[in-house]
Amino acid sequence: MGNKRWPAIIATPAMRSSYDTVIIGGGGHGQATAHYLAKNHGITDVAVLEGSWIGGGNTARNTTIVRSDYLLNASFGLKNFALKLWGELSQELNFNLMYEPRGYVDLAHSDGELEHFTIRANAMRLGGAGVEILTGQALQDCVPELDLNSAARFPVAGALFQPAGGVIRHDAVAWGFARKASQAGIHIFQKTPVTKINITKDKVSSVDTPQGRINCRQVFISVAGASNQVASLAGLDLPIHSINVQAFVTEPVKPALKTVVNYNAGLSYISQTAKGEFVLGGASDGYNSFARRGSFARIEDVLARAVQMFPFLSRLRLMRHWSGTADISMDGNAIIGQTPIDGLSINCGWGYAGFKATPAVGHQMAELLANNTTPDLIKPFTYDRFANGAEIDDAGAGPYPWHH
Amino acid sequence: MLLITCPHCGPRDESEFSYGGARRIWPDHDANPDQTETAMLDWHQTLYLSPNPSGPLTEIWYHGGGCECWVEIIRNTKDHSISNRQKGRAS
Ligand SMILES: Cc1cc2nc3c(=O)[nH]c(=O)nc-3n(C[C@H](O)[C@H](O)[C@H](O)COP(=O)(O)OP(=O)(O)OC[C@H]3O[C@@H](n4cnc5c(N)ncnc54)[C@H](O)[C@@H]3O)c2cc1C
Ligand SMILES: [Zn+2]
Repeated sequence: MGNKRWPAIIATPAMRSSYDTVIIGGGGHGQATAHYLAKNHGITDVAVLEGSWIGGGNTARNTTIVRSDYLLNASFGLKNFALKLWGELSQELNFNLMYEPRGYVDLAHSDGELEHFTIRANAMRLGGAGVEILTGQALQDCVPELDLNSAARFPVAGALFQPAGGVIRHDAVAWGFARKASQAGIHIFQKTPVTKINITKDKVSSVDTPQGRINCRQVFISVAGASNQVASLAGLDLPIHSINVQAFVTEPVKPALKTVVNYNAGLSYISQTAKGEFVLGGASDGYNSFARRGSFARIEDVLARAVQMFPFLSRLRLMRHWSGTADISMDGNAIIGQTPIDGLSINCGWGYAGFKATPAVGHQMAELLANNTTPDLIKPFTYDRFANGAEIDDAGAGPYPWHH
Repeated sequence: MLLITCPHCGPRDESEFSYGGARRIWPDHDANPDQTETAMLDWHQTLYLSPNPSGPLTEIWYHGGGCECWVEIIRNTKDHSISNRQKGRAS
């Protein structure tokens, strides 16, 4: 049946019994790490093991927003580096990622909140990012359809505007990295879940899959929503809970919204695709879940807020709706780097905010795997920061993942 | 939408509750008044490394829209079915 003339995008090699490095999880983060291992370090004795299919995880379930408007230096640094890499990647991968820096608009709903956004904007400027605070007519010019006039319950006081923020085609990210890594000689296997991580004399020695055992020197786990389950294969506990996050797409209409807009009295964010559909997302469902099935309460909540921003949306119908399992850590930030187990490193805890960081994580993790030292940008995101009291809590929400 | 049976108020809509997460069993503070290394590790274990199973999870919900009590349930995180004897908790 159809589509036979489409060439396979990655090679399908025979699995060897041993590789230097095994990457568990073939989402964007795992594939980016594979790519940068080959490109920056010439390391290709690598197997990427993906349990289902490439792009089946959160990488192609997210709302594709990229930005770097974070307050804390550690959070900002990694994402701002990613923005620079996004700008180069379509060329580098020879794959159109459709990076569109249309601008990211973060709405404040009170003067106090706008003050806080101004602090964040100033922190970003000190880090070298372009950012503006917009109010009144300047904001209206930036987002012409935004309702600033009605007697809304949560009126808009102003916004933080990051011009370099925008959207990227998410499935292209996973496939673009995978194709380039495959061309460089890295072996990628789909439908190959890791079922066991074997440790010999306190050091990782091999992983088991339904297709057999693979001996290796080091293992890197990057499995997002399945992080606790896969880490537990090595006896490692993680300060992470998995929570359902939903996304929605409306029927397509003519262009009406250029920027990505985020509503903060409750959470609802929206952008319009090149095809004309509106993509919407909001807060997590608020409790632990592996169901990938969302609650109706959240659907209503996200859509109500979207209609407050853009009243015309009430006349559109939803076409599609789906969920992903988001791995949210106890301080809302990622855990990246070595674990207490020799030869085992991990990248997890990105929740519903990790797509934007994909190339930066891959770049930094490749450096760690190649040189066995932790590069500066990911140093703050250590596994042991929770035991040491060095949490990176941008929201100041405490050890409650469902509030991050 | 979850339907949570409160032992005091009966079956109630999820929106009446706030989530308290996995049930945590706090370390016995009195047994370790000096905050030794082990005590610190116990606190770390309880506070940060609470279970996150893909399956039955013992968790607590606060019934703020009703009796204002904490309710303990066992919910399957794969399909949201609630299996147990709902148990009330003091404060
Ligand atoms: C609805 C939603 C909206 C989001 N919106 C945004 C956004 O707008 N901007 C943003 O920056 N971030 C967003 N995110 C977050 C973002 O999608 C993730 O943080 C990011 O994609 C994680 O990438 P990853 O490669 O680690 O994970 P994934 O793409 O999930 O890859 C992990 C892979 O591991 C595989 N795996 C699991 N178990 C095993 C095993 N045992 N063996 C082998 N493989 C295994 C899975 O099949 C999966 O393919 C959103 C998330 C969701 C769910
Ligand atoms: Zn009650």
